[in-house]
Amino acid sequence: MVEPRTRVLDVGCGDGTLLRLLAERREVDGRGIEISQRGVNDCVAKGLSVIQGDADTDLADYPDDAFDYVILSQTLQATRQPRVVMEHMLRIGRRAIVSFPNFGHWRIRAQIAFNGRMPVTENLSHSWYDTPNIHFCTIRDFVILTRQIDARIETSIALDSLGHPLQVNLPWWAWNLFGEQAVFLLRRGLSNNSKGSKIN
Amino acid sequence: MGDHNPNLTSGASEADAPHSLVLRLGLDRPLAMDAGAKLAPLSIAYQTYGALNNAKTNAILVCHALTGDQHVANRNPVTGKDGWWETMVGPGKPIDTDRFFVICANVVGGCMGTTGPASTNPKTAAPYGLDLPLVTIADMVRAQAMLIDHLGIETLFCVAGGSMGGMQVLQWAASYPDRVYSALPIATSAKHSSQNIAFHEVGRQAIMADPDWRNGRYLAQGVNPAKGLAVARMAAHITYLSDSALQRRFGRKLQDRAERTFSFGADFQIESYLRHQGTIFVERFDPNSYLFMTRAMDYFDLAADYDGSLARAFKGSKTRFCVVSFTSDWLFPTSDSRALVHALNAGGASVSFVEIETDRGHDAFLLDVPDLIATTKGFIDAAARARGIEVRATASVS
Repeated sequence: MVEPRTRVLDVGCGDGTLLRLLAERREVDGRGIEISQRGVNDCVAKGLSVIQGDADTDLADYPDDAFDYVILSQTLQATRQPRVVMEHMLRIGRRAIVSFPNFGHWRIRAQIAFNGRMPVTENLSHSWYDTPNIHFCTIRDFVILTRQIDARIETSIALDSLGHPLQVNLPWWAWNLFGEQAVFLLRRGLSNNSKGSKIN
Repeated sequence: MGDHNPNLTSGASEADAPHSLVLRLGLDRPLAMDAGAKLAPLSIAYQTYGALNNAKTNAILVCHALTGDQHVANRNPVTGKDGWWETMVGPGKPIDTDRFFVICANVVGGCMGTTGPASTNPKTAAPYGLDLPLVTIADMVRAQAMLIDHLGIETLFCVAGGSMGGMQVLQWAASYPDRVYSALPIATSAKHSSQNIAFHEVGRQAIMADPDWRNGRYLAQGVNPAKGLAVARMAAHITYLSDSALQRRFGRKLQDRAERTFSFGADFQIESYLRHQGTIFVERFDPNSYLFMTRAMDYFDLAADYDGSLARAFKGSKTRFCVVSFTSDWLFPTSDSRALVHALNAGGASVSFVEIETDRGHDAFLLDVPDLIATTKGFIDAAARARGIEVRATASVS
């Protein structure tokens, strides 16, 4: 999804694995934001330019159009204001790449429906009282949000529990039911892609 | 006191005859100062460690803080103590003297051999005192650039420093962006805050209120405003620590006594500690130099030189920055570093930033704080790889 030799901001970059990969494979000029001191230290030791900070408060400090891509990997559900974070990403970057766990996956639906309990799965292993994930959404919820913030979906991929992409020709309801993870490539502008029209 | 090591020299003689290398610049090479004056002749006292490589790409300039000096990693000739940054500079340390050529110079206005108010003014054969033009951070950096020129170094691999040293790092990056490959400003700010100016003013007034200050001409008159300087140091020292660290170390513990004495003696350990800090400081530092150093920090406002835009100071900079702050530093709080990081980002610079958790206050930059060592070592090693500086094989000596 990331073009070579572009400027990339990885929000919530952890120990910098993705940034380093992008630097080596795509020669990107990469920057990161990471909340944990351990993560920042790991990144700095790898020679990456990473700032200790919080996606909820620090994205506001970045100028418009500073990056070609702003990446938010498995972090959206842990932000306090996902919508504001998304809006900043689309302001700072020409494109935004967002990946998140799909709360509409059938395993999660089944746990609530049949056990009557908050779901705990292999990928979402926290109990409700200690989870950092405070803003879960489904793929369908996310698509609706993209429309509300006037983002255009350029590419979208749903992955099953083994990490394999689901067939492209499946309808949205199937993605929302069988996709465990979702990845979206967004850009500013009206949502006019074909997938979007299948919702509603 | 009175237990001075006889091999050690007094601070006063260091001003004119330092135990250091000295670059002497004549009347033909004056230092153009922000105050409008040209300072010549000019002496710059400095220390070096390690060896410059053939390509001259491995030089690191260390900038010292308010009361620091050039003795960054060797025994100090005045105090007899270790260098002030031996946690960071030395073999195997983040600023590794086995790999890098490390330079540290006493700043202009200092009292350890670079021209300052305690130096002899060749025109009068008496100490400059207040006749020395006021010095700014940019003046200090200009003088350092003259030294770097003299050493034949075009680009510094890194400029590093904390507090006032960090201000010099930022000034270097703004004034000479092509000569600074990487920059390590620690516990510092792009401008001195109102609160910090206020603390400095208290210190200066304490010195000037001492009857022995004599309008700055105490050296010529054979006296020393030591009381005033000690009070200035005591007040400043509090700002270098933190409430919780003071509480942990001293609390309300009494000093060598079981009960309060109902007097103004040093009943509390913290009082005794501060008095001690004041006493040892006046043995090594020149009171007028303290006035000049504090004023230089007060005047520092990097954005003001760039139409009020800090981002403009770093626009298009290719320097790699690593900004470090400490959670308990209330003199140069993390918000100052964040403002700096914001401007660097806006200017498009490559910047890393880490806020290190510690209760040791502003002084943490001088102390053995493991996260500081780990972060700076990671940053410098990564920059050295990018710069193509060879890593010398280890374990060559058995």
